[in-house]
Amino acid sequence: MNPRPAKRHNVLPGFGLSLGYTLFYLCLIVLIPLSAAFIRTASLSWEQFWGIVSTPRVVASYQLTFGASLIGAGINAVFGLIVAWVLVRYSFPGKRLLDAMVDLPFALPTAVAGIALTGLYAQNGWIGALLAPYGIKVAFTQLGIIVALTFIGLPFVVRTVQPVIEDLERELEEAAASLGATRWQTFMNVILPVILPALLTGFALALARAIGEYGSVVFIAGNIPMQTEITPLLIITKLEQYDYVGATALAVVMLVISFCMLLVINLLQWWANRRAGRES
Amino acid sequence: MSATTTRPASPAPAVALKRTATGEHPAIKWLLIGVSVVFMVLFLIIPLVAVFFEALKKGVDVYFAALAEPDALAAIKLTLLVAGIAVPVNLVFGVAASWAIAKFDFRGKSLLITLIDLPFSVSPIVAGLIYVLLFGAQGWFGPWLQANDVKVIFAVPGIVLATIFVTFPFVARELIPLMETQGNEEEEAALVLGATGWQTFWKVTLPNIKWGLLYGVILCNARAMGEFGAVSVVSGHIRGQTNTMPLHVEILYNEYQFAAAFAVASLLALLALVTLGLKSFIEWKTRHEHAVLPLEAPRQT
Repeated sequence: MNPRPAKRHNVLPGFGLSLGYTLFYLCLIVLIPLSAAFIRTASLSWEQFWGIVSTPRVVASYQLTFGASLIGAGINAVFGLIVAWVLVRYSFPGKRLLDAMVDLPFALPTAVAGIALTGLYAQNGWIGALLAPYGIKVAFTQLGIIVALTFIGLPFVVRTVQPVIEDLERELEEAAASLGATRWQTFMNVILPVILPALLTGFALALARAIGEYGSVVFIAGNIPMQTEITPLLIITKLEQYDYVGATALAVVMLVISFCMLLVINLLQWWANRRAGRES
Repeated sequence: MSATTTRPASPAPAVALKRTATGEHPAIKWLLIGVSVVFMVLFLIIPLVAVFFEALKKGVDVYFAALAEPDALAAIKLTLLVAGIAVPVNLVFGVAASWAIAKFDFRGKSLLITLIDLPFSVSPIVAGLIYVLLFGAQGWFGPWLQANDVKVIFAVPGIVLATIFVTFPFVARELIPLMETQGNEEEEAALVLGATGWQTFWKVTLPNIKWGLLYGVILCNARAMGEFGAVSVVSGHIRGQTNTMPLHVEILYNEYQFAAAFAVASLLALLALVTLGLKSFIEWKTRHEHAVLPLEAPRQT
């Protein structure tokens, strides 16, 4: 009942069963279905594949998806850092409620977020009506997509940065202050370098989520080809036209991007852990 | 925790010093708090309030009529059914995976953890698409399924599969770090005292991980009930048959039945609030337990 020798002597049973089941289930649900997309696409020649994934409409959708995701993740990096700082360092009425609400975008179904934001930012909506006199349109424009992607990415930065701020050593800040540093210098030179890996990890997580996001965006986007059509929507459009090959080729592009993002995030986390290990 | 006890007794005025030397100017402090509150109210609170406001705008009668409508009831039932299958299946997987990963050393462990997290980085649309490629009419198993009269895509099994995919990592990623920090000592003690493997699991491991398990299940359930993109690819949007609640919301919204759409959406928003409430409760509960029970203290079971 000892299928594989573990590095250290381990008397616990069930290694073969649990690992075997894990691998079996992982292959069945995740790996085999994902490989289907790559195998389907392999039947295309490189020219055919490139022809599908580089038409002007598709390229416009990449630009929009990435541009809006980068801006959304950037907004979250700035405001997420402030929110995390405020939640850790200050006490004020309503703080615990605010803290609990940070996770709302994880818990609220994306379709609900999508129709709620669309209703708010439409020209007759609560916020849209305030902006309309200034000629600012949000719903059914690229701005609306940025709003939706900011919403769904909000928890990532806060929740990755928050524990790092909690673990910050106050002594370092005291030392910096007693050596004559201003509070701003202390923040830039002492605090920021410590939380930077976590901040970047949060940014990358928010970006990765935003690139693949669909539910919250389709309602507010307006979905006009070349202007407000995101790549996941284009996949759906191709599927509805029974263009399975085209949909799969785009899916492969998105999968490759996902894998790259995953690699970047893992490297960032490794960096963050190493940094944290050295600090303590 | 232990740092505070090992540190030599520091003079009390240190607390007062902290406030002045390493605190921000009150104006900056309140500015930052203000920015945070405005940002969160704008992006989180107002949209949430808007859901309930729009749902109840035309009165309570319209609200309940929208929920009692047969298609809405069918959508609610289907959503409960899908979550009722996907969550337990992923729960079993999560426990098995975390047992293997946290309790044993083996090569390729970090690769396995990355692969388990993979569904989180895949776009929901792609998640739905890969099942169409496998089980759709033109898919690998399509002809065989058609010959045997089994429908997966545009039917309930496809919805369940897509939901399992998108909620795949939730329980495992909650349990792995928890079980890693708990170590193997308690299980080893149980085994030395003559317990069988299953007894050890049920009586020692499970009570230790129950809160983490519940935490993962709650998040998994919220996503399972609320998943939109992946499910919309495989569902086929057949009213009363393959529409989950989020898909029903979409259809009503696109038909300009806003009050009804927001009524169904408000149920999902309530689910989100319950999820957040339970999540906060578990966080409070576990912090509480940690504070009371040092790791070495005997546990009452």
